[in-house]
Amino acid sequence: MDLIESYKEDLRLIRRFGTGFWIVLLLIGLILLPWFAREYWVYVVTLIFIYSIGIQGQNILIGYTGQISFGQAGFLAIGAFTYGHLSLLGSPILVNLFFSGLMAGIFGILVGFPSLRLKGPYLAIVTLGFGIAVYQVFVNSEILSGGRMGLTIQKLQPLFGLSQMTTYYYFNFILVFLFTLLSYNLISSFVGRAFIAIRDNDIAAEAMGVSLTRYKLLSFAISSFYTGVQGGLYALLMGYLEPNMFTFLETITIFVAVIIGGLASVEGSILGAAFVVMVPQVFSNTKAFIPVIYGVTILIILIFEPLGLSGRWMKIRLYLRMWPFR
Amino acid sequence: MNQFLQYCVSGLSIGSLYALVALGVVLIYRSTRILNFAHGDMATAGTFFALMIYELHPSFGLSFSLALLFGGLLAMGFYFGILIPAQRRDATLLGQTILTVGLGLIFQGLSSYFGGTEPQSFPFPLSDTKVYKLGQIYISQLALGATGFSLLGSLLLFFLVQRTRLGLAMRATSENLQAAQTLGIPTRRVLSLSWGLASLLGVLAGLFLAPALLLDPFFMLEPFLKGFAAAVLGGLNSLPGAIVGGFLLGLAESLAGGYLTVAFKNTLAFLIIIIILLIRPEGLLGTEFKERV
Repeated sequence: MDLIESYKEDLRLIRRFGTGFWIVLLLIGLILLPWFAREYWVYVVTLIFIYSIGIQGQNILIGYTGQISFGQAGFLAIGAFTYGHLSLLGSPILVNLFFSGLMAGIFGILVGFPSLRLKGPYLAIVTLGFGIAVYQVFVNSEILSGGRMGLTIQKLQPLFGLSQMTTYYYFNFILVFLFTLLSYNLISSFVGRAFIAIRDNDIAAEAMGVSLTRYKLLSFAISSFYTGVQGGLYALLMGYLEPNMFTFLETITIFVAVIIGGLASVEGSILGAAFVVMVPQVFSNTKAFIPVIYGVTILIILIFEPLGLSGRWMKIRLYLRMWPFR
Repeated sequence: MNQFLQYCVSGLSIGSLYALVALGVVLIYRSTRILNFAHGDMATAGTFFALMIYELHPSFGLSFSLALLFGGLLAMGFYFGILIPAQRRDATLLGQTILTVGLGLIFQGLSSYFGGTEPQSFPFPLSDTKVYKLGQIYISQLALGATGFSLLGSLLLFFLVQRTRLGLAMRATSENLQAAQTLGIPTRRVLSLSWGLASLLGVLAGLFLAPALLLDPFFMLEPFLKGFAAAVLGGLNSLPGAIVGGFLLGLAESLAGGYLTVAFKNTLAFLIIIIILLIRPEGLLGTEFKERV
């Protein structure tokens, strides 16, 4: 919505002084949050951070590249269990996280190969099958899943005299900050433009010299890397793992978050993550209604606001900037 | 050899139910290009409705026919109430597909609210413990009934689509929507009927699956995914393909379960699909879709 005059300006993340001001305020607020909020809310916000990493990744795949995927639960499980097994070997946390992302990314490339020939509903089916296959492999293989007891993972040690929850909070805050920066930069780079070109029309993109093979696989790899890291962080937060944490419902949750937050929008992914984390917390008494709320929200969003929460947010911002004129 | 035939028979009987589910998916996909992710949940809702009616008034005929009607009306209501307003607002095909995901979530939640999440047994006139013997092969009453009814349903659908004026209108609408509108076919009514019919087939499959599996809000998820897989196997725009795909999938699953391993029965279905799609992306009987920039 801004006038962009040069490529250098296009690459800039913060284009106005006002935006920068609000972002700095938001960051300061988030840094100070554990000092005045109850521990429960610190936990909820940590969960939002963790989810928003994976949802950003899936938004790169679904929203920016336009490849519908229903295999998120599979990538999550691969990331989480890779983390679990590595942490049992005693390697450091950041290395574990990197490898859980890498492992999911490798599987992402494997799943990505069919995407070179399939699109739309066909791709959705294949990825859906992948998610279910991964779940069944973990359910049926005790070596991988740790058997009936599941895997127990060493939790994060409290650092600098902070409580354990606060340590988790800051750890995940730093990671989500880095991943968000990465997403923004990725999207405004030539890679992001190639993704968007593939989404808008893959044949035209190929005619313009965008290698479909390379960029579709890259998109799958990046998005599953993000989702794998989310799985690893989730494992670290929960402290134990079992295959039932990664059913089809988890796929739906991430997919819903991408849609509700807004396709092709990084800040939308974070809003979507906040939505899918908050709804089960608010409606913890009537669990049956959680899918109903997801469903109704999807219907409302798709009919009245196809750009999702981020589209609504953009309109509010525009309105405030123009106020009192319309 | 006997064992082989036994596996074949049980595979064909479960495959006939997959074929029913697949028919519903294909019916909607080829007329509207929407992949209906709510298909399984609609069937679940219909089956729960049948149970509720049966508890009020214990008659199988009444409760089952009301459930079929309920399923059909539900889908038509969705078409008129949500899909058409969305289309008026220029929703994309992806958006409309996601709408069905949302609808599925709503039905899932409502089923678990009204029906409870505990698995419960479903009263049914045919029993799955009563067994007939054909030569050396055993087949249960329920499996026989399921195969018979799904073949009957497929046959009726075939006659409806190929031999009636309504079927002609349905074929015309799925062939070319704008041309059909120009020729004066009431496409909205025809499409809503397709939705209703598809959901009815889904509920029929659900009614026969519920006594074998236990009834809970998620019991249709697996058969639905299989039906989906069957539809892709046969080609998403071909009705005969859906039936062939369903039977093939049931057969493959039963044989693999018998000779290889039961644990990965579900994974096998998707493995087959991935291979089929890589070799022949339009499915076994589907026609290739062309695309222009």
